Amino acid sequence: MEGLSVQRDFTVKRMRPGEHVIEGVLFLAAALAIAVVVGILFVVISEAAQFFAEVSFWKFVTETRWTPLFENPSYGIAPLLTGTFMSTLVALSVAVPLGLLVAIYLSEFASARVREVVKPVLELLAGVPTVVYGYFALLFLTPILQSFIPGLPGFNLLSAGIVMGLMIIPYIASLSEDAMRAVPQSLRDGSLAMGTTRLETAFRVVFPAAISGIVGAIILGMSRAVGETMIVAIAGGQLPQIVTSPTQQGATVTAFIAQVALGDIAFGTIEYQSIFAAGLALLVLTLIFNFIAFAMQRRFREAY
Amino acid sequence: MATVETNPRADITAQPTGLALRRFKDKSFIIWGVLATLIGLGTLAALVGDLVVDGAHRLSPEFFMTFPSSDAAHAGILSAWVGSILVIITTAAFAIPVGVLAGVYLEEYAPKNPLTSAIEIAVNNLAGVPSIIYGLLAVGLFVQLLGMGQSILTAGVTLGLLILPVVIVATREAVRGVPQDIRNAALAVGATKWQATSHHVIPYALPGVVTGVIIGISRAIGETAPLILIGGLTFVAFLPVTLPGDHKFEVIGAVDQYGAPMTPEATELVRIHHDGVVVMPDFSEVAVEAGQEIELPHGATVQTVADLGDAVASWSPTNWLGSDFTVLPIQMFNWTSRPQAAFLENAAAAGLVLLFITLLLNGAAIWLRYRLRKRIKW
Repeated sequence: MEGLSVQRDFTVKRMRPGEHVIEGVLFLAAALAIAVVVGILFVVISEAAQFFAEVSFWKFVTETRWTPLFENPSYGIAPLLTGTFMSTLVALSVAVPLGLLVAIYLSEFASARVREVVKPVLELLAGVPTVVYGYFALLFLTPILQSFIPGLPGFNLLSAGIVMGLMIIPYIASLSEDAMRAVPQSLRDGSLAMGTTRLETAFRVVFPAAISGIVGAIILGMSRAVGETMIVAIAGGQLPQIVTSPTQQGATVTAFIAQVALGDIAFGTIEYQSIFAAGLALLVLTLIFNFIAFAMQRRFREAY
Repeated sequence: MATVETNPRADITAQPTGLALRRFKDKSFIIWGVLATLIGLGTLAALVGDLVVDGAHRLSPEFFMTFPSSDAAHAGILSAWVGSILVIITTAAFAIPVGVLAGVYLEEYAPKNPLTSAIEIAVNNLAGVPSIIYGLLAVGLFVQLLGMGQSILTAGVTLGLLILPVVIVATREAVRGVPQDIRNAALAVGATKWQATSHHVIPYALPGVVTGVIIGISRAIGETAPLILIGGLTFVAFLPVTLPGDHKFEVIGAVDQYGAPMTPEATELVRIHHDGVVVMPDFSEVAVEAGQEIELPHGATVQTVADLGDAVASWSPTNWLGSDFTVLPIQMFNWTSRPQAAFLENAAAAGLVLLFITLLLNGAAIWLRYRLRKRIKW
């Protein structure tokens, strides 16, 4: 019996040494994601902190002029925020109706074959480089808009916003369509059996049932629009002013960061730190949107 | 006794009032749906059409083989496309292994604990971070803190981090799609966990992984904002790599950023590899021959002509990773921000090239995904 020492205790988990190494390497790769998040927060917050050591947070929030490159600098984030909100508003007023129409059409009306073709082609829209969209907004759409709206400046948030809206149609359409298709067929069947038309079923049964997923999709699209840089930097003009109409030119938070970066920035100066303060505002905005979108989508997943 | 009130004239086949209108609304919605879809598709067509009209006539072999120039008619995208390729090679070399391994870890290995959820939350949030924020990370961390400079390496790693969530999510989905039976079968015949994963799970998941990688790479190719921040130069009239026959300029010794010698009296022993000319700090020229060893003062420039060996050696990453660069989208952005119409034509032509590459890659990914769905039925 002594010679046959095959009695291994199979309840004890044994691993070859190499397996531990591999698992460690895999873990490190995954943990890099945390490191990147920490890195982003560290860099943005530490540089922004130096900015706020010189410029009071109160002034940052309340002043209405953003002129960090002037002789007498003023650091009110408001003009950049109004620019961002205006371009986002325009983008959403294009993308939400169109995106939802496409989503309802594809999910409730179109045949499987139409859906198979249209969805991927629409997704190509999301793959177009944003610098190309910027060119398109500045040199194709703006001249067209100028023929409708006399006095429209060559740089304006309207054109940038519309093109941004076209860009995020696929996000909103695709995610909303997923949400609506996740609604159980029995709900549709029940509604149709009561004698409703497909349209009535779509609007009164499917749409409300998928609403949290749809809102999540819209917020995700909104987050894209807020963070978009090149389109607004090219076609929106880079003049930071309080924007009250989309036909004005204006700078967004992202366009300002790009504009400063294009000039010669000396590291450690207040101008350099100001782009991190602007970046922090942007980061907070998008993280809030992403969090809401994520929570919304989770709710819709749990519904059925 | 209650009797059921019936209307003898009721005709159950009769249509309820207003049905015609409701049906009309139902049918007409299709028009709205198709219209909205066509606006989306029309945008794509208008985009391509606009670029073709504006820039197609600029596309010529010369456009691809010349450097940008202040003369718009003779400016090209040579440094831009070479830069794009080098940056993308760096991005892929970083993001593909890290992303795939991370995805495999999260699906196959990760225990259910707070750390794993933290990683998952991090990945989800990174996917939503605006690209320009990655630029801030690159400036603050890579350029400032780690001293990696405004180089191809910095650009490649930054874009790599940017597309990491795309690769991770695609890998996870692909790995999740591999049936549990495959793993069990491998483990049952004595494979270790890593053997089961690397020999069986990953190969089956590969098409899905490749789809995600292609989409990520395509996004990195078109990305502009973060590279503007790390100073992707808008005017680069040199290549990080050399071709046989190119002029090589080798500056001797420690010089400041303007090319002036930091210690004018110091000299250095230099071995000359090819016939050429040495330009001394006082701009006098001395002809030199291959194999010669001479003492040269700091600030002198050796000008020789590269041969095939030099060209091959220049492709070693150690040679170009630290180099300045420009990429296609930055070149296009630079031309777009100029008022002269001739430069806008160049921008349109560069945009066409960019659009062609990204649409091709996206199309390939869509096709791959489509085939995948058709072919594999577990």
